[in-house]
Amino acid sequence: MNSYHLDHLQYLETEAIHVMREVAAEFERPALLFSGGKDSICMLRLAEKAFRPADIPMPFLNIETGHEFPELIEFRDRRAKELGAKLIVRTVDDAIARGLATASASETSRNRLQIPVLLGAIEEFRFDCCIGGARRDEEKARAKERFFSFRDGFGQWDPKNQRPEIWNLYNARLSPGENMRVFPLSNWTEMDVWEYIRREKLSVPSIYFSHERECFRRGGQWLPIPPPHSENGHPDPYAGARPKPNEKRANLIVRVRTIADMISTGMIESRADSVDDIVAEIAAARVTERGTRADDKSSEAAMEDRKKAGYF
Amino acid sequence: MPIPAHHPVDILRFNTCGSVDDGKSTLIGRLLYDSKNLMEDQIEALERSADITGGGQINLANLTDGLRAEREQGITIDVAYRYFATPKRKFIVADTPGHVQYTRNMVTGASTANLSIVLVDARQGVIEQSRRHTCIASLLRIPHLVIAINKMDLVGWSEERFIEIRDQFEEFLPRLDMKDVKFAPISALNGDNVVEPSPKTPWYTGPTLLGHLESVHIGSDWNLNGFRLPVQWVNRPNNPTDARLHDFRGFSGQIAGGIVKVGQKVMVLPGGNISRVKEIWTYDGPVTEAFCPQSITLVLDEDIDVSRGDMIIGPDNLPGASSDLHAKVCWMHPRPLQCGRRYLLKHTTQTVQAVVTAIEDRINVSTFEPEPDAPDLALNDIGEIRLKTSKPLIFDGYATNRLTGSFILIEQGTHATVAAGMLFPPTEAVKPEYTDFSI
Ligand SMILES: Nc1nc2c(ncn2[C@@H]2O[C@H](COP(=O)(O)OP(=O)(O)O)[C@@H](O)[C@H]2O)c(=O)[nH]1
Repeated sequence: MNSYHLDHLQYLETEAIHVMREVAAEFERPALLFSGGKDSICMLRLAEKAFRPADIPMPFLNIETGHEFPELIEFRDRRAKELGAKLIVRTVDDAIARGLATASASETSRNRLQIPVLLGAIEEFRFDCCIGGARRDEEKARAKERFFSFRDGFGQWDPKNQRPEIWNLYNARLSPGENMRVFPLSNWTEMDVWEYIRREKLSVPSIYFSHERECFRRGGQWLPIPPPHSENGHPDPYAGARPKPNEKRANLIVRVRTIADMISTGMIESRADSVDDIVAEIAAARVTERGTRADDKSSEAAMEDRKKAGYF
Repeated sequence: MPIPAHHPVDILRFNTCGSVDDGKSTLIGRLLYDSKNLMEDQIEALERSADITGGGQINLANLTDGLRAEREQGITIDVAYRYFATPKRKFIVADTPGHVQYTRNMVTGASTANLSIVLVDARQGVIEQSRRHTCIASLLRIPHLVIAINKMDLVGWSEERFIEIRDQFEEFLPRLDMKDVKFAPISALNGDNVVEPSPKTPWYTGPTLLGHLESVHIGSDWNLNGFRLPVQWVNRPNNPTDARLHDFRGFSGQIAGGIVKVGQKVMVLPGGNISRVKEIWTYDGPVTEAFCPQSITLVLDEDIDVSRGDMIIGPDNLPGASSDLHAKVCWMHPRPLQCGRRYLLKHTTQTVQAVVTAIEDRINVSTFEPEPDAPDLALNDIGEIRLKTSKPLIFDGYATNRLTGSFILIEQGTHATVAAGMLFPPTEAVKPEYTDFSI
């Protein structure tokens, strides 16, 4: 092998940087979706690599369900500040208060409710493109999505009518009201993400490492016990996500493998307390990361349906 | 916990093609399953769907037939990407469907591939689809081809049948200019010669399919001759706190060919200005040289005008510069290509107006014969056209450089991507105004 050779992480990196620069050059008002999770942490490093020494030429956007792990919020705010980026946060609660979204009594997960909030933020700031950290290896519907995923005036993804994507030539053209979602990490796997975090020495929120936490058993998973409800006159946002008397509780040594919000994230029992440990754990893992997410278990087509409706 | 000793060293991208029911999805499922890349919840999901749709039989094909619409129709309707790794390599698989009407998906899935697997049903031998897929792989200049003769269990593992089919291919392969073609007798369903060598084919001495994927040499698949940097984005810090950055002007892009070194001469096209490389800036610190396909930021000696769409080149292997283009295109839209129509053309990092001035021929992808006097090119047609662009393109022939020799056409109004284009080599190279450029 000659010295003019890229290993797999360098290949994925140069591909992602190219995609990010295409976004900066082709769109007028792009935003970068940043949740503080491991995928978006990699995206920030890639954005630094794509745009330094200049500023990262787009604000960060986060859609909060209101059920976030506090560690994640703290991490998100700190990173945005360190990078000197503008962070825009829009919340499901706010959207419910303004009548943009309606909570249904039967559904505790707020995944679906993020859709109108995201679309509202796109409209409010007239974003023409949102960069997201989704990977194709996460899920079957994602496996079919393009790097540049075109959304119509209603934010909808039409899997049967995607633009062919050939070589590295991305068609970024839009008509007014249309929108693009761009996924620079499309070709990354969970392993690649952690190997990249290791190589780049990136810090990640503490909940990725093993810690002691009280959990309860539901749907074959250990779910975190939500923070106590402060009697402030508002209804309990975690109603439905609290353990019922017949559900088993336990103090466990756990960590998260993939983060949605508190309601949708299964904790895995793990002693991995360094990035090296996590890489080794994934190498030996016998379930996919989405296997630890309650929101995708409900039906085989759960993600496909959410994406068609305008989800990330 | 121990850290895995082996790290995958590089990535091989491949795609699978064949007609419906040749076993593409089963093969990918088998590769994932036998190389231990399937997880318990995926196997569980397979078993769940087996109860509903398969009468209890696990169907490996369900792993890739992802979308609900597809499961309902029982066909793969688009390109699906799969990822797996062995200790030797990481793999990106584009599963591209086999219907005639989905040629555009194969082009999409194969354009970035190092290798294509064409599947053939051993009972049927070479059919029109096999010729079509091989033809497309050769047009796209996929460096490596594997003809996997599948369902060998249904022809009694007959060596004779294997040779017969190989001969059918070898009759037309010489016309296609494919450099590296391998044949393998397999059963995707049972796994023979996929990951493990099969005891049923003592007459076959080649590697298993996975063995070949793990070892095929892909180091030279990128073009390292003739430096090309299509400028993507001009990097100019706003109000930098670091005083040294006040005058920073960098030209960012992904190197599309060759190698660049600090101190070397470069020319910016189409303007023709010449300068030297002062610095190769990267986030991880300056480097003294960089190569295709790295993403870098170049700082030049002189303060010359450079913007997105320009191409920075080195003094060797000069590209062409022309607004009269000759190309093969694969048409990807139901509205046919017609002579005289205008499109947007995206080539490297620039988008220009283009008008189709002639349709020279349409290739019959089953016989490989050009058919002259084609009135138009319809969905999934491949043909040779001539174009005139509003600005000259700086380009190479597709055969020399996939990145600077390719383009897409975008329909105005709908913004649909309607064609993938591959340029013929330029009739003449750019002529530097300053004769000392080559020094
Ligand atoms: N006997 C036999 N059947 C196979 C083999 N490979 C695939 N099949 C069957 O052929 C059918 C079509 O396979 P599938 O993978 O769905 O084909 P695709 O349309 O190319 O993806 C399925 O019923 C498979 O079980 C093989 O090697 N031997």
